[in-house]
Amino acid sequence: MAVITSYCRIQQYTLSGQGTTISGNLPTDLEGFLNAAMKVLSISYPKFYKMDYLSKLGVLGTEILLTGLDIVGRYGAEGVALVLSNAYASLDTDRRYFETTKTIASPALFVYTLPNIVTGEICIKYGIKGENAFFVMPRFDPRMIAGYVEAVLGQGKTSACIAGWVDVMGEHHDVFLYLAEKQTNDPAALAHTPEHLEKLYRAEYGTVDGRS
Amino acid sequence: MEQLMADLKKQIIEALNLKHLTPEDIGDDQPLFVEGLGLDSIDALELIVLLQQHYNVKLVNPKDGPQIFKSVKSIAHYIKLHQTA
Repeated sequence: MAVITSYCRIQQYTLSGQGTTISGNLPTDLEGFLNAAMKVLSISYPKFYKMDYLSKLGVLGTEILLTGLDIVGRYGAEGVALVLSNAYASLDTDRRYFETTKTIASPALFVYTLPNIVTGEICIKYGIKGENAFFVMPRFDPRMIAGYVEAVLGQGKTSACIAGWVDVMGEHHDVFLYLAEKQTNDPAALAHTPEHLEKLYRAEYGTVDGRS
Repeated sequence: MEQLMADLKKQIIEALNLKHLTPEDIGDDQPLFVEGLGLDSIDALELIVLLQQHYNVKLVNPKDGPQIFKSVKSIAHYIKLHQTA
């Protein structure tokens, strides 16, 4: 069984990593929050501004998750997988895109009208080339995600997997990402079990329903 | 022409979400793609939409795109040419 070596949470306009708040007092409108969070995390990546909210949340979460960790250097680009999930798919962007079709459809929005685009943006930003999957489900499902990640890690060349939940709809945003590794020297690392995932997801916000 | 180029720079920043830039950061002759501002093919489509929305100018021949969208100045020339035609 793999172990959980890092995790992060983005919810209620707050960033946290390993259970510790990174920055509070950020703007409480989603667009302002996302752009301010980018600066708080010192992300220098002009393409960030062009991304839809789902991709921005995915990149912010991954940035927190991988701070100080060179997983691509350690495992190789193809040794790192990505398994994400959410409830609203790309509906937030789909709605924005639909509005533009009433005049002239926006090509820049159109390219984000699939939920798995966030996995592509994360892979491009962090140089990841491993297996990836995106699931749409009513709420974060620790058992399903843990089982799938274990199956991915059980295959040949995958040594680590970024996994979890990235959801956005309107102002609602809810991110829980974690890093599972096959092996670690960290004695404090948690076993990669659904129970631990559920605890980490619930710890700060009291429910496993992402839309509460 | 100067005013048109100034307006274009603001509109390009807004339409292409180049929020890390100000109009002063974009030179009149600066290449917009690849080695210049680093715009991509999706940005090119957004520029076509921008011309249509703000100036009611359509790109007649897509093959002319690279020449028209070479710089802010070349876009301004194209607009001038097609608005007065």
